[in-house]
Amino acid sequence: MLLIHCPYCKESRDQSEFSPAGEAFIARPKSPEGISDEEWADYVFYRTNHKGNHWEQWVHSNGCRKYFLVERSTISHQILQVAPFGARNSETEL
Amino acid sequence: MQKKYSWYSLLKAGLSGQDWDQAIPLIQPKSKYDVIIIGGGGHGLATAYYLAKECGINNVAVVEKGYIGGGNTGRNTTIIRSNYLRDEASSLYEHALKLWEGISEDLNFNVMFSQRGVYNLGHSLQNMRDIERRVNANVLNGVDAVVVDANEIKQQIPIINTSKNARYPIMGASYQSRGGVARHDGIAWGFARAASMLGVDIIQDCEVIDIEVEEGRVKGVKTTKGEIMADRIGCVSAGHSSVLAKMAGLRLPIESHPLQAFVSEAMKPVLHTVVMSNAVHGYISQSDKGDLVIGAGIDGYNSYAQRGSTKIVEHAAAAILELFPIFSRVRMNRQWGGIVDVCPDACPIISPTNVEGLYFNCGWGTGGFKATPGSGHVFAHTIAQDKQHPLAEPFHIDRFKTGALIDEHGAAGVAH
Repeated sequence: MLLIHCPYCKESRDQSEFSPAGEAFIARPKSPEGISDEEWADYVFYRTNHKGNHWEQWVHSNGCRKYFLVERSTISHQILQVAPFGARNSETEL
Repeated sequence: MQKKYSWYSLLKAGLSGQDWDQAIPLIQPKSKYDVIIIGGGGHGLATAYYLAKECGINNVAVVEKGYIGGGNTGRNTTIIRSNYLRDEASSLYEHALKLWEGISEDLNFNVMFSQRGVYNLGHSLQNMRDIERRVNANVLNGVDAVVVDANEIKQQIPIINTSKNARYPIMGASYQSRGGVARHDGIAWGFARAASMLGVDIIQDCEVIDIEVEEGRVKGVKTTKGEIMADRIGCVSAGHSSVLAKMAGLRLPIESHPLQAFVSEAMKPVLHTVVMSNAVHGYISQSDKGDLVIGAGIDGYNSYAQRGSTKIVEHAAAAILELFPIFSRVRMNRQWGGIVDVCPDACPIISPTNVEGLYFNCGWGTGGFKATPGSGHVFAHTIAQDKQHPLAEPFHIDRFKTGALIDEHGAAGVAH
């Protein structure tokens, strides 16, 4: 069971209050009409599915209902850090 | 090296102190093969077996990072059925079910396939409409299926709670009498033994650490037991498919999630069939040993950890108690998780890739066990002929580009 810190409520709460919401930093294509079917498929369906430290989105569904970013290990489930949206836009940016 | 199993060999070994030959030799890899199969689970071993048996390719290696059948093959709830809604999916799973029906004789290995029937329960009018639609689709596709009402269910399964006062009353079910269960590691051992008798090298404790690609063509693999070359490589590694794809510079439309199951202490026969319910989301059968085998759902987050959250187990237990209040005092014995590779349309990928000579068989998600022989069969033909087996054609990876998805989410029952 995970203990997740909500960056908005500023409290660490049980995982049952939260819902996972998929891989982070997947940006919608800027000009959707100008891209190929491959690029669309990559945006809609393809995922990194990283084994190791992984940035993902969670929503505090039974709390403030806000989405935020979590860096978590997909091997040990350990949560390394959380961040509100807008604090970063990609994995490499700091 | 190995002898055929028969009643005579059983009697002889029984009287002479169980002196059995080793079923699968422990061997070191050669430097080159015609085909390498990565992943020694049921699907991978089945692929190797059918390559050797039907495609005339015996120079095959199966490389497995742990021991054979130690991954998802040994971690599922062993339910076998083919009552899927979509034509493409039901054809593929029906192909598998037909192979199951003759597999013990074919492999000369008792996989304890037991066609005890599978009920998929409906708890609302919409559930029943969906069930009737699916049963009609099944019958049109030549898959046996009937709709049964709550009274018939109660007659067949006296311990089930069909009371109208239940929180989610049972209104009826679809029933596939040819569905059932099998011994999960039995199918891995059976395929492994039969494949190795046909000359396939099964190399355990051998992890692939890199896939070598040159000018868009696959060359071989680097493993913990050295380099192995092959012109054709089939990846059948379930939860770790994305990791292998990354080695070859590819991405997949797959995410890995934990799927949990648990078994109770053994008890006398109480449940003679398989009962599944999508609405309350639980599925249960009783093994030949006597323990109740109960499956839960997946966790929503990505994981490679072979364990999941307690709340998922609680949810599945609550669902089972909703259906069978009689089990409220049953003590649970073991609980575990496996890593499933989930595709956006809940259907597998059986496909060549942009790298020549590299094939993927993955994305079976929560329901791969039932397909084991069929999956291996169509994948072997796909690799041998460098052309998809007709049943595998709709499962090309390009469907995510063309949009021709095979939407089986909910259609055949989320619970597999």
